[in-house]
Amino acid sequence: MSVLTFRGGTHPYDGKALSRDAAIEELKPGEELVFPLSQHIGAPAVPIVEIGERVLAGQKIAAKAGFVSANIHSSVSGTVVKIEPRTVATGGKVNSIIIKNDNLYEQAPPINDKNPEDMTDDEIRAVIEEAGIVGMGGAGFPTNVKLTPKNPEKIDTIIVNGAECEPYLTSDYRRMLEYTDELVKGLKIALRLFPGARGVFGVEDNKPEAIKALKNATSGEDNIEVAVLKIKYPQGGERCMIKAVTGREINSKMLPADAGCIVHNIDTIASIYQAVYEGRPLTRRIVTVTGDAVNSTHNYYVYLGTNMRVLIDAAGGFKTEPAKVISGGPMMGFAMYDLDVPMVKGSSSVLALSRDDVSGSAESPCIRCGRCASACPEHLLPMKLAQAARHNDADTFKKLYGMECVECGCCSYVCPAKRQVTQSVKSMKRMIMAQARKEAKK
Amino acid sequence: MNMLNVSSSPHVRDNSSTRRIMLDVCIALLPACIFGIVNFGMRALAVLAVSVITCVVSEYLFEYFMHKPITIGDLSAVVTGLLLGMNMPHTIPLWIVMIGSVFAIIVVKQLFGGLGQNFMNPALAARCFLLISFAGRMTSFTYDGVTGATPLALLKSGESVNVLRMFLGTTAGVIGETSTVAILVGALYLIIRKVITPLIPVIYLAVFSVFVLLFGGHGFDMTYLAAELCGGGLMLGAFFMATDYVTSPVNTAGKIIYGIILGILTGLFRIFGNSAEGVSYAIIFSNILVPLIEKITVPRAFGVVREKKSKEVS
Repeated sequence: MSVLTFRGGTHPYDGKALSRDAAIEELKPGEELVFPLSQHIGAPAVPIVEIGERVLAGQKIAAKAGFVSANIHSSVSGTVVKIEPRTVATGGKVNSIIIKNDNLYEQAPPINDKNPEDMTDDEIRAVIEEAGIVGMGGAGFPTNVKLTPKNPEKIDTIIVNGAECEPYLTSDYRRMLEYTDELVKGLKIALRLFPGARGVFGVEDNKPEAIKALKNATSGEDNIEVAVLKIKYPQGGERCMIKAVTGREINSKMLPADAGCIVHNIDTIASIYQAVYEGRPLTRRIVTVTGDAVNSTHNYYVYLGTNMRVLIDAAGGFKTEPAKVISGGPMMGFAMYDLDVPMVKGSSSVLALSRDDVSGSAESPCIRCGRCASACPEHLLPMKLAQAARHNDADTFKKLYGMECVECGCCSYVCPAKRQVTQSVKSMKRMIMAQARKEAKK
Repeated sequence: MNMLNVSSSPHVRDNSSTRRIMLDVCIALLPACIFGIVNFGMRALAVLAVSVITCVVSEYLFEYFMHKPITIGDLSAVVTGLLLGMNMPHTIPLWIVMIGSVFAIIVVKQLFGGLGQNFMNPALAARCFLLISFAGRMTSFTYDGVTGATPLALLKSGESVNVLRMFLGTTAGVIGETSTVAILVGALYLIIRKVITPLIPVIYLAVFSVFVLLFGGHGFDMTYLAAELCGGGLMLGAFFMATDYVTSPVNTAGKIIYGIILGILTGLFRIFGNSAEGVSYAIIFSNILVPLIEKITVPRAFGVVREKKSKEVS
């Protein structure tokens, strides 16, 4: 099959060689675990445990509150000590359940003990919902909602997003290599819900071993294929992924389902497998610890709720003073001012960089070179959007399709004048959305 | 531990810079400059040097006295100086060169807000200003000590020209425009370095060629067409001035329209105008149209269906 791609995008230094060959290691979580009640899009979960209560590993500690929301389970056994706001990687404070680990790892009963072969579609959806599975690429959209589209008969493609286009990240890559069969089985569960659909693993061509492993594991499957994608950021963005695999385009007002697609992150598919086959709720994930400022690089299998410092200490601490520590990748991740943050469902990486490109470069005037427009995967004119944002001109901003921006960061990355293009567009988007919410309330 | 840096994503930048782009343009202009100096002698070097130095100094002084950040390090004033110098006959008095340079930097560039804000190419605007103010001196050309017309002027008055010499550049004209081959070498460098795309020049030259073949009055005469293409400021204008980032459209559709307008205007000015030249005015005029062109050619965003179509669908 030919190599698939999309128009636009860029090629940042990928840094994956740092942690690509580090096999997945289990990492014990330390004494105190923090479970923010909002690790997903939608309503925060509601605590169902009391302070002082003993909980088991895998026990539900907060219940979903509404259709778009997700359950939260404890990853360890121990005692609930506090429920209070705690700082999370994105910078804000989120109400969290704090559990003291008793280091016994006593397991709660499994959430599913049926044979997957004998389960109905509704039972499978119910298990996925109960397991608290959300999109683990960062957005955190509840997976059972994704698997319950309005027009299920129109879904013809289920894509497993193995592009991992963010520089430095290797957690999905290791998962594809070491848990290949689990992924295929997880995808087959999703495919069962949509009998007419084909399954596609979309993997960038800088991961030949993962492509080979997946091809071997799916060689006997008629309705599963491995799509080889050209390496280019942001290939793993949902819209770019759908475009490359199916040739269809969606905009900001559409869901992948409108293009007949459902897109799942690699770790999400693995979590579906674990929930349905092993009865385990989502309590662990793979996190890459990398960057030139850490002593050693790792792909850790962490217990959700683990403090970020535990990961950094396990990696031998910092080799040099980090200028910036990022949760996630360098293109869309969050720079942190505080390392006392918990690992949540959407945490993919801890990236410590000794040099900060941003603080070291001063903005100069836009020379209209057009590089941002060539790099924009949404085919926008970022320089004009940034100008409209500076002038606080919402009408022009919307006319230039500013609300279609996916905030991938390509425009800022390529700008020779080192302008904060993405950042201007992002804030304008937020302002327009806030304004719209205000007006809706009136 | 020290304080950590916090900023909104993305957290990495590539290694491009405005200065590097301008440096690439300077490098790309060198073959034509060197040829001009070889062709016209040290007097040409003096014109280029005065032009560049005056541009840089006026930018520095303006910014210094206006209490603005000094931006001469971005080399954009050097590019303007080089282009302006290349657009003058080597016999021009140096004080005229200085007036042109000051006009380019202060009036056309800085008074409109500096780099990125000028709506006309500063070098070309200054050239047109000098053409109007010092018409005689700006259009008197000597070559090998003999005062004479440029090949393009000869062509217009119906005389025969040597196309090979025009391609190589051993003819009368302004310092930097005579050698098509030297300009093309520089242009190739810019395209390889991805500083410019060939879109605007290719469309410009193609539309101009069609216009000349249709309305030039010489029928399908390839020699005549080649002479028109190699003559005057066409090559320098097409590759180095029509592609100026600040004064050309940023989007693909806009670039195509811009190229078409340039081709037609240059053809009109050259064939139906009084002067044999037309490139400078064509580019300046098109510069003014750029905001309009961009307004009507907003590209369709990814996945967005234009309203008309969506009505048809529903």
